[in-house]
Amino acid sequence: MVQFRLPKNSRITTGKTWPKPAGATNVRQFDIYRWNPDDGENPRVDTYFLDMDACGPMILDALIKIKNEIDPTLTFRRSCREGICGSCAMNIGGINTLACIYGMDEVADGIVKVYPLPHMPVVKDLIPDLTHFYAQHASIMPWLETKTNAPQKEWKQSIDDRKKLDGLYECVMCACCSTSCPSYWWNSDKYLGPAALLHAYRWIIDSRDEATGERLDDLEDPFKLYRCHTIMNCAKTCPKGLNPAKAIAEVKRMQVNRVV
Amino acid sequence: MRYLTARKRAEGKGASHTGTEHHWYMTVSAVGLAMLIPTFVVYMGRALGRGHEEVLATFQRPFPALLFGIVIFVSLNHFRKGAIMMIEDYAQGSTRKFLIIFLTCFTYLLIATALYALAKMAL
Repeated sequence: MVQFRLPKNSRITTGKTWPKPAGATNVRQFDIYRWNPDDGENPRVDTYFLDMDACGPMILDALIKIKNEIDPTLTFRRSCREGICGSCAMNIGGINTLACIYGMDEVADGIVKVYPLPHMPVVKDLIPDLTHFYAQHASIMPWLETKTNAPQKEWKQSIDDRKKLDGLYECVMCACCSTSCPSYWWNSDKYLGPAALLHAYRWIIDSRDEATGERLDDLEDPFKLYRCHTIMNCAKTCPKGLNPAKAIAEVKRMQVNRVV
Repeated sequence: MRYLTARKRAEGKGASHTGTEHHWYMTVSAVGLAMLIPTFVVYMGRALGRGHEEVLATFQRPFPALLFGIVIFVSLNHFRKGAIMMIEDYAQGSTRKFLIIFLTCFTYLLIATALYALAKMAL
């Protein structure tokens, strides 16, 4: 059954408030979710203050500054710092996005609230456990499946067929879309979620792939595919500007075309 | 606690190879209802506020009677399938099965009652 309230040990408590930087005039407040599995305590929200005149423009710059200069125990993933690796996905000001390409000025409220991606098990602080998410991605066979013998040089593809992959191949698997989807919140054990389905469609429409029927067979299920109710949170939140809902609608259309 | 690999958890019991017909039915019935409901409202609107004999006379004409019957059957079936989806979203295990059985019985009872009422008026 759907749970509308967090379990007792997951409820957020008030955390520590760190001192404001001395002499700073342009100060911004950051409320950041903290949870350490080793101390046995409930999650809390710590408050930090940063001098914006001595900080980079992106949310990730602020997090790195906090970790380097205020609280080295703050834990988060980051790598490329330019929206390619998808590591720093988190919930900032109520929006799932990548901290490295989300500007401080994009947060409307004065206080910047940073939480881990919603409805996922938390490993520590801002790090969600994406094991199941990655396993679902693996289950859609995200690779080229062929039955014909491999050509001597390469599998050819026309320019038009290649263009069909635009808007799909750019996905960096940050999980912002899936974790913003209410259907995925309630049924993530069975529903594949927007990210995995977008990748599934990317391989279904690849002109070189020869497993189209098998791929559609594997998706035809009331939960794996049809749990998408076109809520569109995925398209709204995608930090790369992709539209997983459209990809899912295309898969549904292909399923209908097989039957009718 | 079960020791399952992440891949086995993700695969579950595999695809049931159903769902497309449900999706197609909902699409077709939604388009059908988009046309049926306004027509139904117009006829019902005309009958509203009139005397008992006039209302009976309306439903004794073949088109309003058939329209009423089709609207009842299609809309309640559309409701049943949509509500089943909602139950599947929010309930699990035996609760889910019980609610689906209850909803199905309830919907068919509503359809039977409405069609009986219509037959009484029309015949």
